Amino acid sequence: MRICVDPDKCEGHNRCFSLAPELFEVDEFGIASTKNNGEVPKGMEDKADLAIANCPEFAISILED
Amino acid sequence: MSDRKPSIPNSREGCPVHDWATDYDVMDPIYNSDPGPIWQDLRERCPIAHSERWGGSWMPTRYEDVREMARAVPTLSSRAPGVIPPSPEMREILIQEVKEFGAELPPISADPPLHKPFKQLILPLFSPKAVDTYRPFTEQLANSLIDQIIQKGPEVDGATDYAQQLPPRVIAHIIGIDEARADEFTEWVRGILEQGQADAEIRLKYRRIIRDFFQEMIIERRNTPRDDAISRLMEAEIEGEKLSDYTIIGVCFLLLVAGIDTTWSSIGSALFHFGTNPEHRKRIYAEPNLFTTAIEELLRFYSPVKMARRVLEPIKFGGIEMQPGDKVIMNFPAANRDPQIFDRAEEVVLDRKQNRHIAFGVGIHRCAGSNLARMEMDIALRVWFNRIKDFEVIQPKNVIWSGGQVRGPRVMPMKILGA
Ligand code: HEM
Ligand code: SF4
Repeated sequence: MRICVDPDKCEGHNRCFSLAPELFEVDEFGIASTKNNGEVPKGMEDKADLAIANCPEFAISILED
Repeated sequence: MSDRKPSIPNSREGCPVHDWATDYDVMDPIYNSDPGPIWQDLRERCPIAHSERWGGSWMPTRYEDVREMARAVPTLSSRAPGVIPPSPEMREILIQEVKEFGAELPPISADPPLHKPFKQLILPLFSPKAVDTYRPFTEQLANSLIDQIIQKGPEVDGATDYAQQLPPRVIAHIIGIDEARADEFTEWVRGILEQGQADAEIRLKYRRIIRDFFQEMIIERRNTPRDDAISRLMEAEIEGEKLSDYTIIGVCFLLLVAGIDTTWSSIGSALFHFGTNPEHRKRIYAEPNLFTTAIEELLRFYSPVKMARRVLEPIKFGGIEMQPGDKVIMNFPAANRDPQIFDRAEEVVLDRKQNRHIAFGVGIHRCAGSNLARMEMDIALRVWFNRIKDFEVIQPKNVIWSGGQVRGPRVMPMKILGA
């Protein structure tokens, strides 16, 4: 599973970072990006789904390979 | 938060509402003690309601409409974000206030392009990393407030003795106010946010005191900067230029009006919830790990903040044509109860997993202090539950709720049942 944050949509609510700090990092303005090039480690898929489902800006999506 | 541009409210305030779709009153005490059923009715019958009260406004109640409106920048402008216009008696003094302080509080009252540089100025003060550094102070503060509560008990006021005491001191700490002056400062701030709502003279008086106080702090730091927000704002630049003292004081003042009664309202609402729901209280005592989802859920259910927008050009939402000059109330609290988006929307579900609530707004004006607000709620509740064995709200019906822009309990007698 690979995910990405659309920087044009992200407004820095930081919900993703607080739910899944293993998968996201945020800069000093709160704007999120994925760790590890968006690759979700095995076993972390639920956390990724949770982050996607809680982002108020619909900024996180799953990348189709 | 309040509107600072004088205008004339409608004289019908105080009359009973017959039809909420055409005559809602966001200051109605019944509405403010339990707005859910009214929003539910409006959502089904008239999702974008209108009222002539309080200067006239449109009020959406569906999540999708609120989202769309929040993103309609700058056709829906933030230039006048106050929900309730000041009363005619306040006009004269407000004109004086605007003369001295200006009417702008960017970024909250700004549209692009002015909005972004001001927002970027304050965001680093409230990034997750920065907020972590304010944790130890907040925890110590919450504990000392609980010491006082236990001493005062068993009957205390959850709003005035606890919820209202925490946020002003946290902001004071972040701005860089000496702890020795924090009590005094808290009283000034409460003077602006509480008595100042109805009495413009008091508001102006405290605003001047705070301005002079901030000015002194700037002078003190000119030669010896410290590790605080004022010093950082003195270093900061917008488009290559340092900020004037006037602007620095304005930014600090914005933190006071945006970051205090909002946060104390959500802490107070959370205590109200647990103090009136024995089942949920029991569950949190047994499973404190639930706080993470519970706090988001309480933010959703008791969202305290509504903001206003001003229409600049004709625009249509849900078949309704809005005209330049119209006011629109960004009803984030009602959006958060929309059953189209949230299962069991009218219920507090402490372990709700999917919770795309917009209590902190949505789009470019997303609350700059949301990480701080969450941290304060988290600590306020954890320390309370840690130190107090059981508690309840004495007469839930007698709790007094503020309304209009910021909804939350203002008077909330509680009984401490063991500490
Ligand atoms: C639970 C507490 C809080 C709630 C519910 C809340 C809610 C909101 C909302 C809904 C907005 C959006 C305004 C709009 O769309 O026009 C906002 C903006 C803002 N809030 Fe908060 N807020 C809270 C706490 C704080 C704190 C603690 C601070 C700072 C110390 C803060 C600072 C701001 C600022 C500066 C803005 C303006 C952002 C902009 O216009 O881009 N807020 N807040
Ligand atoms: S939750 Fe969404 S908007 Fe917020 S930081 Fe993450 S990606 Fe950005």
